[in-house]
Formats: sequence, C-alpha cells, structure tokens
Amino acid sequence: MNVDRRTLLAALLAGTAGPVWAQGFAGLGSDADGFSRPDPGYRFSFPADHGPHPGFRIEWWYLTANLRDAAGTDYGIQWTLFRSGLKPGETAGWQSPQLWMGHAALTTPDRHFHAEKIARGGIGQAGVTPVPFEAWIDDWQMAGPDPDRLTLRAHGDGFAYDLRLQAEGPLIFHGQNGYSVKSADGQASHYYSQPHYVLNGVLTLPEGPVEVTGHGWLDREWSSRPLASDQSGWDWFSLTLDTGDKLMAFRLRGARGDFTAATWIDPQGRAVALGNGEITLIPNHFHPVAGREVPTEWSLSLPERQLDVTIRAVNPGAWMDMSVSYWEGPVRITGSHSGRGYLEMTGY
Amino acid sequence: MIRTAVSALLAHWRRRPGQLLTLVLGLALATALWSAVQAINAEARTRYAEAAATLSGAGQTVIRRPAAPIGLAEYAAMRRAGWPVTPQLEGRLRAGDRAYPLLGVDLLARPVAPGPGDPDLTPADLLTAPGRLIATPDLAARLEAVPGLPPVLHDNSAPAGVILTDIGTAERLLDRPGQIDRLLLTGPVPDGAEPLAKLLPDARSDTVAPPDTASLTDSFHLNLTAFGLLAFAVGLFVVHGVAGLAFEDRRATFRTLRALGLPGPVLTRLVLAELTALALIAGLLGVGLGYGIAAALLPDVSATLRGLYGAQIGEGLQLRPGWIAGGLAMALAGALTAGAQGLIRLHRMPILDATGPDRWARSTLRQSRAMALAGLVLITAGFASLGAGGLIAGFMAMAGLMLGAALLLPFVLGAVLGRAARLARGPVAQWVWADMAAQLPGLSLALMALLLALATNIGVGTMVSSFRLTFTGWLDQRLAAEIYLTARDEAQAQEINRWLTGRADAVLPIRRHDTRLSDRPGRIYGVIDHATYRDNWPLVTAAADPWDRLAGGAVLINEQLAYGAGLRIGDTLTLGPGWSAEIAGIYSDYGNPRVQAIVALPVLLHHHPDIANRQMGIRSDPAGADALIADLHARFDLPADAIVDQQAIKAMSLSVFDRTFLVTSALNILTLGVAAFAILSSLLALWNARLPQLAPAWALGLSRRRLAALEVLRSTGLAALTALGLALAWLLLAVVNVEAFGWRLPMHLFPLDWLRLLALALLAGAIAALLPARRLMRLPPARLLQVFAHER
Repeated sequence: MNVDRRTLLAALLAGTAGPVWAQGFAGLGSDADGFSRPDPGYRFSFPADHGPHPGFRIEWWYLTANLRDAAGTDYGIQWTLFRSGLKPGETAGWQSPQLWMGHAALTTPDRHFHAEKIARGGIGQAGVTPVPFEAWIDDWQMAGPDPDRLTLRAHGDGFAYDLRLQAEGPLIFHGQNGYSVKSADGQASHYYSQPHYVLNGVLTLPEGPVEVTGHGWLDREWSSRPLASDQSGWDWFSLTLDTGDKLMAFRLRGARGDFTAATWIDPQGRAVALGNGEITLIPNHFHPVAGREVPTEWSLSLPERQLDVTIRAVNPGAWMDMSVSYWEGPVRITGSHSGRGYLEMTGY
Repeated sequence: MIRTAVSALLAHWRRRPGQLLTLVLGLALATALWSAVQAINAEARTRYAEAAATLSGAGQTVIRRPAAPIGLAEYAAMRRAGWPVTPQLEGRLRAGDRAYPLLGVDLLARPVAPGPGDPDLTPADLLTAPGRLIATPDLAARLEAVPGLPPVLHDNSAPAGVILTDIGTAERLLDRPGQIDRLLLTGPVPDGAEPLAKLLPDARSDTVAPPDTASLTDSFHLNLTAFGLLAFAVGLFVVHGVAGLAFEDRRATFRTLRALGLPGPVLTRLVLAELTALALIAGLLGVGLGYGIAAALLPDVSATLRGLYGAQIGEGLQLRPGWIAGGLAMALAGALTAGAQGLIRLHRMPILDATGPDRWARSTLRQSRAMALAGLVLITAGFASLGAGGLIAGFMAMAGLMLGAALLLPFVLGAVLGRAARLARGPVAQWVWADMAAQLPGLSLALMALLLALATNIGVGTMVSSFRLTFTGWLDQRLAAEIYLTARDEAQAQEINRWLTGRADAVLPIRRHDTRLSDRPGRIYGVIDHATYRDNWPLVTAAADPWDRLAGGAVLINEQLAYGAGLRIGDTLTLGPGWSAEIAGIYSDYGNPRVQAIVALPVLLHHHPDIANRQMGIRSDPAGADALIADLHARFDLPADAIVDQQAIKAMSLSVFDRTFLVTSALNILTLGVAAFAILSSLLALWNARLPQLAPAWALGLSRRRLAALEVLRSTGLAALTALGLALAWLLLAVVNVEAFGWRLPMHLFPLDWLRLLALALLAGAIAALLPARRLMRLPPARLLQVFAHER
C-alpha cells in the first residue's frame, strides 16, 4: 500500500494539470456563466487595466519579440501569462477560483524550446499587479516600475532569457477603442497592445549565452467568450515593417466563414482599425508538425496600403506542445514590404 | 596465387565441416554466454535498484518546519525563488464514528484521473468548494455513507486507507486555512536560487535516503561479470583446441603453398583474415544467441514489476548497438587469442617442415610444467592483488585464481595419473592408466574448460543461493515485524502502545542512539528480549547463548564493525564513556555503510535515558495485519506515511528476486554444455591419433566393446578427477569474497547441488566419450589392421 501511494504521488507530481486546460481553445467559445461581458462603451483606466480583470473568464499578458544576435541570426521569444477563471472574482488562499498558466519559448531557425507553468491564484505563486507593474508565475517574471520599462525573465529545459524592454511609443487600442469584435455574432474582447518595445539582453542556449537586440510586442486581452460557437481557432499576426509601420491582423476560422480584423499602426503610433474582409489572408504552404498540417507560409494583402507580402516562419517547427497546444513563432516578411513579426495559430 | 592459396585454405573446411562447425559453434557459444550474462547483469541491476527504492520511499526530500506550519506567503516566496516544491497538508477527517487520514495536495500541479463514474469532472469540481475526495473503492464506499462530506471519487490507484484531496478542500475540512505541513521537493533546485535557510529560516530539509544496497549489489555484479568472463573463457578453450587442430591438419597444405612460392607473411595474413572472418560470423551468431538466451531467461519480469510497483521500466532487453559491438569485439579478441599460438607457429614454420597429425596432440611434459608454473604465478598474483583491496582487486584475484587453477590442472592430473599407473595391477589396468596419461595432453584443454565451467557453476550457484538467503535475512533483520509505525510524539506512542496490548502479539520499541564506535560513525540499537530477534537476526558467529548474554549486558556488533576494528567474540567494546561490554555475537549487515551495535534496551536506556520513543515494530498475525493497520489509522491521528506494512513489500521483493535469478541456473547448465562440447570436440580431434594406440590393445585380445567401455570410463574418470580439483576453486572463492568485499556472503553449502553438479560433470564426460566409443565399436577390424600396415 505504501507502494501505491508512492506511485500515485510520483505520477501526480510528475504530470501537468491536463484536465484543467484540456478544454483548450474550443472552450473559449463556451458559455460565460456569471462572468462579465466586454462592453463597447468601456473606458480604459490605467494603470488599473494593466492588472487582472477577474470578473472576466480569460485574460492574457502576451509578449513576443523578434531578436537578432551580432551575427545576424534571427531569434524569437515568447513570454505569456494566461489567467483563467473557474468562477468570477478572486478569493485569497487556496479557495481562489483563478488559475494561471505561463508559457515561455525561445525559437531559433532550427530549434524551438518551450516550457509551461501552472499555478493557482490567491496564494501569491502567480499573478499580476499594476503598480509597480509585475506579472509573474513562480520565478518567471515580467516586471518594472510601469509597463514601459520592463525586465523579462523565464527559463525552461535547455533555455533561458533575461531581457530589458523599453517602450518607445504609445499603447494601441484595437477595434473600436479597444473593443475588438471577433465574429459576426458580436463576440468580442477588450484588446490593447504595446507594439513599440525595444529590447536587449541575453538568451541562454544549451551552447551558451547570446547577446541579442530587437523589438517586441505586448498584447493585453480579456474576455469571457471571445469565440463564436462555430469558430475553431485563429491565425494572428503582429508585423513590424521596415518602413516603421506595424500591422496586427487576425483571422478567426469559422464553419460559417472566416472573420478577419486588423489594425494598421503608422510610424507615429496612429492606429487605424480595419474591419472584416479588408485584409486578405491566404495560407500558401502547410508544414507537418506534431502530427498536423499547419500553414507556416502566408500571403497577406491590404490593397488600401499597397501591401502585398509573403510571410514565412523562421522555424516552421515552432509548435507549443503544452496543456493547450498551438503554433507560435517568429516570421520574416518579404514582398512589397519587408520586415519581421510573430505568428500565432490555434485550433489546428 | 593468392586466390589459389585462399581456395586451398578454404578447401580444408570443405573436407572437415565438423571442424568448421566446432570452431564457429564454440566461439558463438562463448560469445553468447558472455553477452547473455552481460544483459542479465544489466537487467538485475535495474531490478533491484527499483526493489530497494520501493523499500525505502527513496530519495524524496521533505521540507518541514518543526515549530509551526508553513504559511502560504512563505510557500509562494519559495516558488518565486525557483524552488520546485509542492505543498502537503495532513490531518484526520472525522467521518461518522471513525476518523481517516486526509492528505491534501495541490491537485492543480498533478494530473487527476477521474473515477470511471465521473467523465464530466471539471477542474472547478476538483479545486473549488465543495471539492472532491479521492479514495480507494472500499474506503470511498464507507465515506459515501457519511452525510456532509464532499463527493467521493473512486480511484484504485489512491493510497490505501488515506483520503486524497486538493489542499484547498483539505484546509477547509480540517479547518486549517493557509497552513502547509510540509513541502516536497520535486526536482533539482536551480543554481543560484536563494538558500532554504534564508527563505524558511527554521525549516528542516530531510531526504529519505535509499538503503545503501550499492556496495552489496556491486560486489554481486562484479562477481557475475567475472563469471561471464569465465564462461567466455570456457568457450575459448574450445576455439583454441579446434584452431590448433585445424592448423596441424593443414600443415601439409601450408608447406605446399610455401613451396609453390607463397611468401610466409602473406600466408600468415591470409590465415589471420580467415580467422577474423570466422570470428565475425561466430560473433554475430553468438550475439544473436546471447540475446535469445537472455530474452528467454528473463520472462516478463518487466511486466511483473510494473504490476507490483507500478514503476514504468523500459522493456528491458534491447538489442543495443554497443552491446552488439561489445559481443563482436569479444569474439574477435577471443578468436585471435585462441588462434595466436597457431599463427605464431605458422609464422615461424620452416618451409620444409615435417608433417604429422599427431604433433599437436603431443604437448610435452615441459609444456605442462610451464603451464603449471604460469598457473602458480597467476594464483600468486591473484593473492597479491588482494592487498590492494576493493572490488576490482577482488575481481583480478578471482580471475587469476580460477585461470591459475585451470592451468595447474594438466600438471596435477599428469602427476596423479603417473602415480596411479605405478600403483596399478594387471596389464589392462596399467595400460588404461598409462593411456590416460598419454591422452592427457590432448584432452587437457578440454578438461581445463570443464574445470572452469564447474567453477562457474559452483560460483554462480553458491553466490545466488547465498545472496538470496542473505537478502532474506537482511529483509527479515530490518523488517521482522509485520507493521512499522512512527508516532507523532511520545505521548501518542504510549497511547498506541497501550491500545495495542491484547491486539498485537508484541510491540518492539525501536530506539537508537547515534554515536561513534571504535572511532567510526555508528549507531547503537536497544532491543527487548523477544523471539523475533532470536529467530531472525542473522548471526555470523556467536558465543554460546548470545541472546541471553545480550540480556545480561553483552553487545552484538555488525560485521562491518568486527572487520574494521578487528574485534572478535569475547573482546570488549567501548560504547561510551564508562560503558563497555563484551561482544557476544557478530551479525551480517549487508549494505550498511555504518558500524552498528545492539544492546539490551534497559541497558541502552540506563546510559541514554532521554532517547526518543516514537518508533515501534508491531508483531501480529500476518493475516490480520491489514485490519490492524486500518484500525490504527481509524483510531489514531497518524500521518499517512506513519504506518508501513512490510509483509507485502517483503513478499514482492523476494518474488522479484527469485524471478530474476531463475536465469542463473539455466546459465549454469549452458556453461556445462559448452564444456561437454569442448571434451567432445577434443576427443573427436584425437580420434585419428588414437587408432594406432588402440590397435595393439585390440590385437592383444581386448574386444572393441571393452575398448569402447574403457574409453567412456576414462573420459568420465578424468572428469571426476577434474571435479575433485574444484574444492580448491571453491575455497579460493570464499576467501576472495571476504578479502575483497569486507564482509562474507555466508557460504551456505548446498551438498545436493554439489552432488548434482558432480553427476553432471560425469555425465558430460561420459556423453562426450560416447560418440567416439560408438565409432570404435562399429569400426571394421580391417581399419584396425590397417594401422599395422601403415605403421610409420
């Protein structure tokens, strides 16, 4: 009997919280009992809105960055903190219904390192405070006096990074003043970004540390039911063009048709929202990864801005094989414009 | 020219397919035995690393703060500092008229397999109020009958007798919000993480160390490796014999090739290439065969272990590239070693060498003397290497002694046969003895192989049997009681003790004092006078009535202490200031790195009255142990891991052990088979040379039947003589083990096994002689007459 207990404990200790997150992205389309709904009339209030919104079911602090070392090698890093409420609201201690999940990744042209952490709210193991700004789970953290000046740290099997971020432009509010519509049925989220980070610091790879510089993009989004019931996943792009313009674009794939939206950001930081159908996104090439076919090369066109580009993954194998799995990695842009960016694809 | 030479060389094997078969088969068998032993060795090692881990709850590091529970903020601070810890909260849950141990863990950090009845279980169900209780079906059924408890999940893999739940549910049920009893370390602490002393200043970190079986198993595995090598050597004797014979048979071919202009070095290289090719073929065959042997001898042990321990072990036996390469290398090295003598002779052979098939058979007295000398040197070197101490030295010594004994054999047998011939009466007897002596040089290699095979048999057999008895004793010694219990504190221990009166057969307090003994870190145990100890404690040597003496103030010490400090029965051991006692016995204590002594409990308490009294062994009817454990859990507020039921674990360990070592007896038979094969191949090789010696005896009136019977008798007799020489090998084995490993595997004698082995050796000798004898019986008398016609 002692044997059984040890076996059980060992098994329990070794694993992840599969069932908790197993509902995955499809769960984002389910009912939102008792949770708040995004409101088109909502007025953001900072610094409070940098912190969590436990009245909503799902929320994230999502940082991606394109980096380069002295030799010109491309790298990408991801640092994400997801919050998921089992019930609305927060309680101190183990009774907290808030769950936190951290994902960190480091992508090189031929390797993709990633790691996951899961914790409960209410006990201090993970969370976000707006002032001073701090988002953390265990010893991973994104912290600074405010979100304009941050240090970013995470580590996992075979990798670590320690970076400094400085925002050199204003926050960008997507959709209608940060109310981002996701479907024709009106599903929506509150969504703002800080796409103007300049980064420098050190990546640690199995062969040693690498000094890097680059630019980064922080997405903040919260909602209770962001997907329509027929939607199975999304393709999301954050692109930084060499002209200084930036573009956020996403396509939600639904049985009743795709839904696209985008935000054009000019070098001065002025944002223009682009509604459903204004951008065209076409997958060019599917790459087999983790037993599925994922489009790692895209054509994106926006005639209004004379934009017609091809987007290719730096490393097509950037699959995040986690409790919730998806593709996330850096991309290169060629065509009418050139540049770099990040691509996220869920629901494949 | 070279092509012609090659075809001429290969033609020999066409003419003598038997020789080719013997050569390849001998080498293949040798490689197979070696490979199989290696594979089994590796398997066994894994097996008991797991068995040992199971016994101990091994290697788990637990962080506790004795003074107060750990707070949530402190836990979070540790996590934020990078410490991979997971919290646990323990208590007792009142359910109806009973209370059950409740273990709260962070279910979020773990996968939870929902019971079969709950496919729709959500994280919210598990983590938020009212939460879920997880228990084995029997306990779950009892809990479900109690109103007011959270819903219960049935889970066969739940810890027996304990309710598992989320820590959030546990703190509510136990009314201990925000408290953590202990943190389990689940991985390595990263470099540069803040130290525990800073994060949790008054906390203690304890690692439950696995029992140190390493030194015990090391010696065993080294022995097994040594015997693997010896098994290989047995095969090599076969190869050596056949390679030598093939060389002599082809002497004429060599001479002709040389005379036709083939340069000596080219010929040597050709023969070397031929040997290499044969070795590779035989090696591959051997590795395959070895894999087959190992796989066949290790049936579903993995599955058993999975069933018993739930431990995920790989399917064990895999054909790894390194393994194949190792087997091939051994085959190649073996073939070259065995063929070296022939190659050197070939290299030095004068072009016009006299030919003669009997030359090889006639190794001279000088040679057997030289071999005996080499044997003596090996034995001496073996003993000398013991001085260095340690396992490797022990291994060298054993190899030296065994090979030395083998090399000595022909000389000793020659001397014995010479003496016997002189004592023999009657012409036939005299002829038989003299003929045996004459045959000896040709058979000596095969007999040496037989000696090694027998030694391997005895070695492995004695070792495994002794090891098993030792292992059993070792288990009994530590786990003699049916139940082991650690109480929360002394008051609870006393309460449990009172409660157990009448419910258990006996309660054995486990009380000890750590101190230095003979200037080594050691431990003194105090035991009460109870049959458990008298029946189970394995005493290596003892004075008369050691347990009575113990009660009277004497001391028992473990072998490590006796060996290290040079203590003997009757000596006096100082146990502390103003406390010394006479040594009444020495007990085996395998794998214990510490020195240890046992005294009577009252004596220990007299000298150290303040020793903690929380641990106890409980003797009870084994059949009732489960019920008693359940009652103990129900009645007392005990931590979940406070009670250990050792009978079950002991039975499991032994069954695993037995299954693992079933293989060795099969290996023994195989080794002996190879030796019999060696004798057969030698006798067959000698066949042609024998005819001229038999013909005169036949001409003088001995019937072929009689000659054949004598032939079998002779071979059997030689085998018997060889087997007798084994007493020596066995003795050396016993000595070497003690010298090398610091303690003695008690050399349990297994007389029946020995008799069986002797019978097997005789059988091997007889069977090997049967085929030649049969041939002799059916030999047309004309062939015997031809001997005189062709007299050279």
